[in-house]
Amino acid sequence: MEIVISLAIGVLAASGVWLLLRPRSFQVIVGLCLLSYAVNLFIFAMGRLTPGAPAIMPRGGFINPTAYADPLPQALVLTAIVISFATTALFLVVLIASRGLTGTDHVDGQEREP
Amino acid sequence: MTVGPEHLIIAPILIPFFAGALMLVYDERQRRAKQTISLAAAAASLLVAIELLIRSKGNALTGNNDIGFYLLGDWAAPYGIALVIDRLSAMMLVLTGLLSLPALIYAAAGWHRQGQHFHSMFQFLLMGLNGAFLTGDLFNLFVFFEVLLAASYGLLLHGGGQLRVRGGLHYIAVNLTGSLLFLIGVSLIYGATGTLNMAHLSNMVPVLSSAERPLFHAGAAIMGLAFLIKAGIWPLSFWLPTAYMAGAAPVAAMFAVMTKVGVYALLRLGFLLFGPTAGASAGFGAQVMIAGGMATVTFGFLGVLASQGLGRMAAHLVLISSGTVLAAAGVAMAGGGTEILGAALFYLLSSTLAVSALFLLIEPMSREEGGIASLLALTADAYGLDEREEDRQPEVGLAIPGTLAVLGLSFSACGIVLAGLPPLSGFVGKLGMLQGLLAGGAATPALSWALAALLILSGLATMIGLVRVGIQTFWTGDSDPPRVMALEIAPVMTLIALLLFLTVKADVALGYMQDTAEAVMRPKIYAEGLLGAPRAADAEQMSDEGVWP
Repeated sequence: MEIVISLAIGVLAASGVWLLLRPRSFQVIVGLCLLSYAVNLFIFAMGRLTPGAPAIMPRGGFINPTAYADPLPQALVLTAIVISFATTALFLVVLIASRGLTGTDHVDGQEREP
Repeated sequence: MTVGPEHLIIAPILIPFFAGALMLVYDERQRRAKQTISLAAAAASLLVAIELLIRSKGNALTGNNDIGFYLLGDWAAPYGIALVIDRLSAMMLVLTGLLSLPALIYAAAGWHRQGQHFHSMFQFLLMGLNGAFLTGDLFNLFVFFEVLLAASYGLLLHGGGQLRVRGGLHYIAVNLTGSLLFLIGVSLIYGATGTLNMAHLSNMVPVLSSAERPLFHAGAAIMGLAFLIKAGIWPLSFWLPTAYMAGAAPVAAMFAVMTKVGVYALLRLGFLLFGPTAGASAGFGAQVMIAGGMATVTFGFLGVLASQGLGRMAAHLVLISSGTVLAAAGVAMAGGGTEILGAALFYLLSSTLAVSALFLLIEPMSREEGGIASLLALTADAYGLDEREEDRQPEVGLAIPGTLAVLGLSFSACGIVLAGLPPLSGFVGKLGMLQGLLAGGAATPALSWALAALLILSGLATMIGLVRVGIQTFWTGDSDPPRVMALEIAPVMTLIALLLFLTVKADVALGYMQDTAEAVMRPKIYAEGLLGAPRAADAEQMSDEGVWP
């Protein structure tokens, strides 16, 4: 499982960085999305990978913490997802405004001279 | 439950939050009400910040650093999120407050009507800034960074136009990437240590196992990269001049403190995690801070010399200011003594105030005849805003006499502070840093001399650049002087009066900064204070049982 998760994070991050460095603003936003997926998976994996273990512990009595997944990274991931979703939406608005004002989808607002 | 004075610590976050939310329900046309609420909230935050500053002074027993804690939800220290106030955060809170009021007054001259929800976004920006200075938890720091960035995206685009949208596009893309780096760093640190509480981390760093330490260092380095982007350190700073130049004047004046949030985070975490007591990790990253700071100062002064317009020049002055503070902090982290750090903090305060005043001066100085009134009429048409006539009236009448003399004097005062010439406060800060550098310490003599030379050279470049612009604007102009409203010049005068006050009271301010630097160098007080902070429930129980007096 570790190799699958790390490959997934690696592929997402690599594609994200490559797209982020492209000149078209749509590619940049897709790159940012992919990169944020990679980061979210990474935060999740930092709580250690524990298959089939619940994150919520029952009340009272003796609890063996090793039988449960770490709930904190899951809470962090939720926050990170919400924030990156909101900021990406805002970026999309700016991107469309830039397209409308400049008439091109180049990130610098003008095509580079050939 | 009664609301005691200890709840004051959370007020700098709650006041702007409620004020900003309240103003959302007002219609765009009720601008005067919004402006009143906004000013009142900013003034209240400033008063709270000053009270917190006085409280955190402490006495000799507590190492001159009284640390206040606020345990959110009353969870015991390493588990819940805590707010912490000490000298450094109190100072930054006061600086934010001092910048926000002049910017808001300036905005009242007309800028706030150029788009929607200016005052709400401004308050949310203040909330994010205050929260970032107060928090004692890494993930919470990320959340407040996002709050202030989200507000700053909106503010940067305030007023619209092609230049702003283009600058904003780069600014948002760079900062989103920076936030992702921040998250990677935070989760690596959590993976290596199992905690996100800064005080807890500070205690854990010396006892990390040799297997965990490299992972922790990697996490801290990636997180540091995010702060370096915010602080505008070369080569992560190419987005900054365009973005700052594009912002509306009051927005740019407030942005002057945004790079300092990155510097603050580096200072706070650098000394907490890698301070002198950090064992095998002591001084980690100090070399990067010195090299990055020096490269930034070099880039900044070349940029100042190369700039054609005052806006771009002021943005490069922001770079010089944050690079200088960072290099000095790096020297202090490498064991260079508290003197240089104290002087650097003093320099941070005075240069931020001066850059902010300069950003407010740019627009009136480069204004053509007709000025802001025609500009505003144009945008009002473009937006289809239905301006009521009586709303527009008062701004046309209040022009100040002797415009050029007032503008010129304010401009030269800013220039003197930024270049570090006597007699104003910039000189005191720079002299202190030079003294600290040459008194020796950890840095090698060659490095000390190189940094000292850079400090003086950057001052010279600032002077050359600003004098060039000054001559162009004030001496060669043959057109009539621009109309400048009292509302626009009053904030600039306020900021300059603050700088004068800082100069006259330099011994008091510098003494405060030296004590702050000493407190920052002793992270044990911060860490042990927080982890021993009593929960309110425990304190109540103890007082019920008669243990607590």
